[in-house]
Amino acid sequence: MTELSGLFFYLVSVLIAGGIYALLCLALNIQWGMGGLFNAGIVGFFAIGAYTSAILTTPETAKHLGGFELPIFAGLIGAAIIAGVTGWAVARICVRLKSDYLAMASIGIAEILRLVIVNESWLTNGSLGISGIPRPFGEYTAGRPADLVFLAYVWLIVLIVYLVATRLYNSPWGRSLRAIRDNEASAAAAGKNVERFRTQTFVIGCAFMGVAGALSAHYFRFLSPSATDPLLVTFLVWVMLMAGGSGNNRGAIVGALGIWALWSVTEIFTNRLPPEWATRSSFIRMLLVGLLLQYVLQKFRAGILPEKSPPLHFEDEAERPAPEK
Amino acid sequence: MSALLSVRGLSAGYGGPPIIEDVSFDVEENEIAVILGPNGAGKSTVLKTIFALTSVTGGAIDFHGTSLVGRKTSTLVTIGISAVPQSRNIFPHLSVDENLDVGTYAAPPADPAATRENVLELFPDLRAKLKQPAGELSGGQRQMVALGRALMCEPKLMLLDEPTAGLSPAYLERIFDLLLDIRKTGVTILLVEQNARQALQIADHGHVLVNGRNFASGTGKALLADENVRRSFLGGAAA
Amino acid sequence: MIDFINFYLFPALAIGSVYALGAVGISMIFGILRFAHFAHGDLMTLGAYGVLAAAAVLPFNSVLLLPFGIVLAIVAALLVDKIFYQPLRQLPTIYTVISSFGVALIFRSLVQLVWGSQNQVYGSGGVRPPLIFFDAIRVSALHVQAIVATAVIALCLHFFLSRTKTGRSMRAVSDDPELAQVAGLDTEKVVRWTWIIGAALAAVAGLFAGMDTSAHPNLGWNLLLPMFAAAILGGIGKPMGAMAGGFIIGLAEELSSYPWIGDQALISPSYKTAVAFVIMIVLLIVRPQGLFKGRLL
Ligand SMILES: Nc1ncnc2c1ncn2[C@@H]1O[C@H](COP(=O)(O)OP(=O)(O)OP(=O)(O)O)[C@@H](O)[C@H]1O
Ligand SMILES: [Mg+2]
Repeated sequence: MTELSGLFFYLVSVLIAGGIYALLCLALNIQWGMGGLFNAGIVGFFAIGAYTSAILTTPETAKHLGGFELPIFAGLIGAAIIAGVTGWAVARICVRLKSDYLAMASIGIAEILRLVIVNESWLTNGSLGISGIPRPFGEYTAGRPADLVFLAYVWLIVLIVYLVATRLYNSPWGRSLRAIRDNEASAAAAGKNVERFRTQTFVIGCAFMGVAGALSAHYFRFLSPSATDPLLVTFLVWVMLMAGGSGNNRGAIVGALGIWALWSVTEIFTNRLPPEWATRSSFIRMLLVGLLLQYVLQKFRAGILPEKSPPLHFEDEAERPAPEK
Repeated sequence: MSALLSVRGLSAGYGGPPIIEDVSFDVEENEIAVILGPNGAGKSTVLKTIFALTSVTGGAIDFHGTSLVGRKTSTLVTIGISAVPQSRNIFPHLSVDENLDVGTYAAPPADPAATRENVLELFPDLRAKLKQPAGELSGGQRQMVALGRALMCEPKLMLLDEPTAGLSPAYLERIFDLLLDIRKTGVTILLVEQNARQALQIADHGHVLVNGRNFASGTGKALLADENVRRSFLGGAAA
Repeated sequence: MIDFINFYLFPALAIGSVYALGAVGISMIFGILRFAHFAHGDLMTLGAYGVLAAAAVLPFNSVLLLPFGIVLAIVAALLVDKIFYQPLRQLPTIYTVISSFGVALIFRSLVQLVWGSQNQVYGSGGVRPPLIFFDAIRVSALHVQAIVATAVIALCLHFFLSRTKTGRSMRAVSDDPELAQVAGLDTEKVVRWTWIIGAALAAVAGLFAGMDTSAHPNLGWNLLLPMFAAAILGGIGKPMGAMAGGFIIGLAEELSSYPWIGDQALISPSYKTAVAFVIMIVLLIVRPQGLFKGRLL
């Protein structure tokens, strides 16, 4: 019996983390899948969101900035805003350049944030981290049932973000964006403000990444610089989106759950290995994630659920202005 | 077997719809042949197709009686064909000397130093500029560098895409004179030109292309005299 | 003043050498293959560990074992190009960037798998006495080695790029790949040499970086940002510019923590990497083509 409920709650924990990854994937899908923007610093925006929400919602302490004790939902909003503003600054500088520069700058932001988080103890309590982060409805629930509540909370947000992302994808805005992604020159020729579209995309994606970060802080109730590990956030999310199907929001969720399930299942096995192998096994898993990404890039670019609409061009669109001859 | 280059029923494009269709013409040994036509007619595409830079969907290209279809560009250079593209035809950050040197890499001439000397004889203006980055030269000088680079592999056939684009009338005449000089050294030239009238005056044969298809062919003189061609392409009365 | 030279200037030039050697490769790959190579730092790590592995069996000074690191890095780079990057060449380069991002992970996990993730030091571990000039200037022998080696490499590279057929072909492809194809240049050979040189220099840089502190799996990844900054500073496709950029970034990082005003470090040493990042951002805003009129990607 306890075996079974243990298994059940293990599943719950996998689904909670899977939901947070689904959020990250949806966010990345807005940036990459729709906008063709390469964000290599997902973890940075995730961390901003996590720390923002943690600082906004925790009770007064001498260890770090805080004491605002705002409701959790306000923490999530704050996380979205701060992550979005940071994304805006990065995008402003980089979107007019080739996407490689955006990749470098976003990695840079992630690295700098890591430095700030580790070094600015007044703000983040450094490597000791922030504890006592509240859970939503934490005052009514405790123990394992609380995980169920949190599971519902996370997936509710996933649902909202999914609906928003789908609306965006099918809106005129999303169509223009995809047209820009597929053929920047003709989009620019058709009078689209390419830079503005891209900046907006990047900001929206970063804001959602911030929300995902916030949720993970509230889930673990504790936040330390180890949450800013690029491997577990940036890399994994890229693999998830590529495998799930860039450009397809459902693909993003499927990819997140699928890869996270794989990651978790392999962990069960490797945890049973003898200790001298157990430490190495995490490297083997990393290696496999890296290889999986290469495989997907080469042989499986469309992903499990490929993008449905064919690439858009301005030639297809009714709103296209008459070409000058 | 008589023509140096023979193009038969050639169709080609860039992966999408065909840009040129059923194009045929011959280029005789040691002549200057010119391809004329309005913008977008597919003139550059014909040259690129001969030089294996597009995808051929039909027809034949024979050089010295052997087929060129399916060869790699670098192979074409080694069998004696060189080309100068319409735009971006020099390496701007390489010096003039290095630009010329790069021309020898794919098919090294027997005596590179002598070849270089011959090329500089044709383009004496370049002598003073040898150490300068080619990107810092004037438009006309750049065309000379481009032609020089293409000559450095001692080609039998040169494919030139609008070597006079953007040049003043005076410079244009110099380039045309140079082409005649180049031909004297035994090189065959297939040229694309916008300055139809002048080009036909130096050309042995002309081929007019419209919408990717043959429109008219003939000797330079015949085309200059042809009423139809004159009205459509040469802007009115004969010179 | 003497303190400035001993504790800031020479270390700055030494770390600048590391950046310079790494940035050259990044800049050449930028110029010829047209993508930002995110695995370059981890290529350095591989080079550093290659030497470490050789040092475990051969009783020589680590610098003499450098060829092992170089060979390991070159083989890794050529393999990765062949297996992972080349099939993506026809696609937009961003796919290759993503791929290189994954390759960085592959390299790092291999290093951890084979050598573990703890710090490892080179040689006997004993501290070598510094070299002393004019009774006052004390410089670590390693720093002198790094600076001299970098200078020699810069000279050789300059000669190679400007005088040899392969070097000139590389510059030609970097200048205009389409024209290079028209001129019949062997692009694949150029690509191969780009990897060989880039990887070899990365291994040298990795060894010096590792010997300066210790070798660890994140060694190269942590240097990636300043190297990108150096490559952009020098102008993409300008290897000599990247060299200069590396030294400039190294100097800027180290000198930013000199107590220029009062006795406090101007900028806390823990934010050294941020200095490189800020330089990169400022460049991207005001002069993305770099100091030496390089290209934009
Ligand atoms: N790389 C390419 N990819 C796709 N289409 C192309 C490409 N280059 C040219 N085209 C198309 O092929 C057609 C013919 O182009 P081409 O350059 O051969 O014309 P042209 O006769 O040389 O014109 P111009 O006198 O302006 O140089 C044009 O409609 C052009 O849009
Ligand atoms: Mg043309």
